[in-house]
Order: sequence, then C-alpha cells, then structure tokens
Amino acid sequence: MANASVADSAAAAMQLVDYRDPAAIVQIPTRNGFGAGLVEAGRRDEKVIAICADLAESTRMEPFKAAFPDRYIEIGVAEQMIVAMAAGLAAAGKVPFIASYAMFNPGRSWEQVRTTLALNQTNVKIAGAHAGVSVGPDGATHQAVEDIAIMRVIPNMIVVVPCDSVQTKKATLAVAERFGPTYLRFARAESAVITTDGTPFEIGKAQTFRDGTDVAIVACGILVYNALIAAEQLAAEGIECRVVNNHTIKPMDEPAIVAAARDCGAVVTVEEHQVHGGMGSRVAEILAAHHPVPIEFIGVQDRFGQSGTPVELVEEYGMGVTAIVAAVKRALGRKK
Amino acid sequence: MESLAPHLLATLQGHANDVRQGIIRSLLAAGSGHSAGSLDMADVFTAFYFHLLRHDPKNPDWEERDRLLLSCGHIAPVRYSAMAYAGYFPVDELLTLRKFGTRLQGHPERISLPGLETTSGPLGEGLAQGTGMALGAKMDGADWRVYVVTSDGEHQCGLHWEAMMTAAKFKLDNLTCVVDRNFIQIDGSTEDVMPLEPLADKYRAFNWEVFTCDGNDIGAFIATVERAKAVRGKPQVVIANTVPGKGVSFMEHDYLWHGKPPKADEADVALRELLAAREAIGASNRG
Repeated sequence: MANASVADSAAAAMQLVDYRDPAAIVQIPTRNGFGAGLVEAGRRDEKVIAICADLAESTRMEPFKAAFPDRYIEIGVAEQMIVAMAAGLAAAGKVPFIASYAMFNPGRSWEQVRTTLALNQTNVKIAGAHAGVSVGPDGATHQAVEDIAIMRVIPNMIVVVPCDSVQTKKATLAVAERFGPTYLRFARAESAVITTDGTPFEIGKAQTFRDGTDVAIVACGILVYNALIAAEQLAAEGIECRVVNNHTIKPMDEPAIVAAARDCGAVVTVEEHQVHGGMGSRVAEILAAHHPVPIEFIGVQDRFGQSGTPVELVEEYGMGVTAIVAAVKRALGRKK
Repeated sequence: MESLAPHLLATLQGHANDVRQGIIRSLLAAGSGHSAGSLDMADVFTAFYFHLLRHDPKNPDWEERDRLLLSCGHIAPVRYSAMAYAGYFPVDELLTLRKFGTRLQGHPERISLPGLETTSGPLGEGLAQGTGMALGAKMDGADWRVYVVTSDGEHQCGLHWEAMMTAAKFKLDNLTCVVDRNFIQIDGSTEDVMPLEPLADKYRAFNWEVFTCDGNDIGAFIATVERAKAVRGKPQVVIANTVPGKGVSFMEHDYLWHGKPPKADEADVALRELLAAREAIGASNRG
C-alpha cells in the first residue's frame, strides 16, 4: 500500500493541478484545446491545413479559419469526401487535419480511412469531435462510443485520446509533427483541467498521475478526472490506487500497462466508450498475453446513448466516481 | 487541334497492342483478374503513358509529374502493362501479377509499386483523392495536372458525386476525369443495374465541362484531352466510349468477361489475334 506522499510525488512529477481541491479545477471542453493546438500547429508549419465538414464552430476549427483563411477548406456535409480528399491533399504535400463529429468521421467514413489513409499511408489527422455520451442532449445518433474500436483495429493508425483541454492542445501539436494517419478523439462537454503547461506529453507514453499498489486504474479521456477522484475516495478507506493516463490507445504503452498489472495485481479500465473493443479491451489483450490479472471494465456496456446532461449520462452509463470506486473494490476482491 | 501525324499514331497503336498482349499474358499467369475493362482502356493508358503525361519512368516521384490516378483499381492489369512498356519496370514482371510477394497487387497499392499515385480498388474513391491533389497543386501554384480514370459502374457510388461537387466548387481546371463508358459491370449492363444516363447532362449540371469521344481511338482521345486541358475555371470530364474486351474478338461486348481471366487456350487465340493486328499496324505504317 502506497502512502499519500508517494501519490503526491507522482502528481508533482507530472506537474498536475491540485485536482483534490475543487476550487483549483477549471472546466474547459477538450475541443477548445484542439482549436488552440491547431492554430499553433498552423503557425509552426505552413503545410498544416484544415478541412471541415460543416462543423467549424463546434469542432473548434474556426480559430484556424480566421488565422489561415487560405489554408482552410470547407467541403460541406461529406464525410467520405473529407477523408479521401485529405488523402489527395496529403499526397500533394499538405498535413491535413479533418474535422467532423466522431460519429460521422470516422463513423461514416471507415472504409475511406482504411484504404486512403491507413493502407495508403497518408499523413492525415482525423479530429473526432463530440465523442462519448457526454455530447449530451443531441442523443444517441450523435454520441460516438464505438470509434476507438473501429480505429484501433486498422494497421498504421495512431489513436490518441487526451485527458483534458491542455493535453488536447499538446496532442494536436504532437500528431501534427508525427508522420502517419492519426485519430485524435475529444469531447464536447466542459471537463476538468488536471494537467498544466509543464505536464509532459509524448505519443505512446502512458503517464502515472497517481501512484499506488493496490489496484491500477487505467483511464483515458475526460474520465481520467473521475478516476483520480475515485482514487482519493478510496485512499480515505486505505486503498491506494495507481492512476494511469493511458492517452495513446495505439501504439499502446505495453511496458507501462504490464508494470501497472505487476505492481498492483489488479486493473480497472475507464473509458467513455463501449467496453467492447476499446481501450480497456486493448489493455486486456496485453495483459492476457503478458501478465494476467483480474480486470474490471468501466465504460458503456453494449448500449446506445440517449439525451440528457453530460453528468446524468456519465452516471447512467456507469462511468461516474461511485461506479469506479465499486469496480476497484471488485477488482481488489478478485486479487489472489 | 492538329491531329497526330500518321507515323506517330501508328507507333501509339503499336504500343497499345503491346499493352493488350501484356494484359492477356499477365491475366493468364495470374489465373484471376478483370479482362474486359483492362483491354478496353489499353488505348487510353497508352495515350497517357506514351504521349499525354508529363512523367519520367526512371524518376516516378518527380514532384512536377502529372498525376494519373486509376480509381477503378480492378483494371490494374492495363495500368501495370502500360507502365511496364513505358519503362517503369521490366515487362517480365507482369507475369507476377497477383502472386505472393509481387509488387503488382491484385488491386494497386501505392506503397508497393513506385509510380502508382494511390491505393485503389474500393470504388468511387479516385476522383475524391484526385480532387485533393488538384486543390493541393492550386494552393501551391504548381502546374502539374491530375487525371483520374474511372469506370462507369463506380458512378453509382455517392462519394464520386461528392467529389464532383467539390471539384466544381474549387474550379479545379487542372483536373480531368476520364470515364470508361463501356456500359458493363459485374451484374450486367450499367443501365439495367442502376441507370447512369444521361451521364453527360449530370456532369454539366454539376458544373463540369463535358467531352465525349471514342475511347478506343487513340488519336481522337488525345485530341479530346488536349481540348479538355485548355478549359479554364472548370474541371473536365472525358466520357470515353469503349468496347469492353476491345481487341479480342470473343471478349468484345460480353459482360461475362468483366471479372474473369482467359484460360490457356483462350489466351492463345487472343494473342494470335493481337499479333495479327500488330502486323497490320506495321504494314499500314510501312505503307
């Protein structure tokens, strides 16, 4: 069992916000980080362009459009087109970011992504906005909870799900600089900012946000905050959790996942996605092969979303703090 | 537009005949593949690789090259054969078509063979990628052109029409689409499976400049593309009317040859016909 100072030292090493203090938490949508990151990427590299499918405001491409009108392309409601056309622009030397809702790109455009981006090895960046049930009132048609699964099975794809708006900006810059077809997933709702400008970020390198050896909570996206809060509640009961921000689904940081399982002996995965085929499934694949331990899966349990507020929906689909706490206790009980 | 000099035309016809022989030999060796569309586009691909394209077979990544995209990847044999005879790779390599370890994948893979511009096969995607390339060239002020060869059947894909709208919006006059109008697809006549007519009017309604020609007349096709290239402010389409299976009598006009290769005895007959036609071209040129 790790003590509080060990947990604190991990947070200090990662230069996190003091997430235990509600007054220290600012709520900003991850998509805002994408918008800011895209403008910065455009400043750093004139080959960066943006293509949008009639969702410039909500995907946060508007700042780029304002800053670089000659490098902004609007093609209307055409999600197959946005992918295949971007492949052509990449072939002409551009670094295209393409934005729609995750439900439509890559949801509608999967075959174009597979053929023209992944098999063809083109340097196109898919920005999947409005992922997860936290989209809220728009309902199930607009809540992508299968997108990680359909992207991570494609060879050559990089899949990144940053945990907050600050990290989403860094991730946007990182994917702009790294060659290869990439899926960057972010959300609509306001969510807690837990990282700072000083927090490191590297594609493929999972981050220990809190140390502990009783159970490892491996999380991605905006639910990392819920995982941290759950870990604090458990610490009050004497259960010390490691919390891993597993932001890169592909290529996943296998050594970090195996180390978490080895050190803690049980794992809880947390993602705003179907439990079938997502980040947690990849964790299970790794651990089944290298270090089998009990795993509990937090995520959408083979259901579609519905209308509601983000908080209502995260609770309804079993991804709130209480559900994570219960899952950790189940995992702990299964440890040998 | 001046027509081609007779000796140049005969030379191109000879190349097209070689390309057809390469198609038959490679399909026979492969034991599977698409005969009819490959044969009917031999004249178009010959026109591109031996006359129209700005390209260098020894430097396939040359930045200033024109981009020739094959959207309907299933007729890869015609592209491979034309590329081989144009000097991109040894003609003997055509016999590796569709075999394990080959660079000549059953449907073209860009990363496998230098000189391919895209990976293709899933239909309806070529014009979309070509639109992106043409827009990229415009953004950079580059003067290379984009040509996209499409099948008529793939005009049933919605994505192709998204690309038609987009290319017109951006006034991509550096983009020319070629339609292999052979009226066949796997399940039969295009007009029975899902009617495309009036195809030319549909392109016009989408703000494209439309040209029609005999796609098995090399001289007519080259002259038509030259006219298309002169258009400003609009993308252009050349609807190339072709005879499926062109050049092999028993394959011509028969949709059943869309998706199968010749057997050995059929290939013998086909090659004999093509060799006889080659002699005739030579004789007329000498005459």
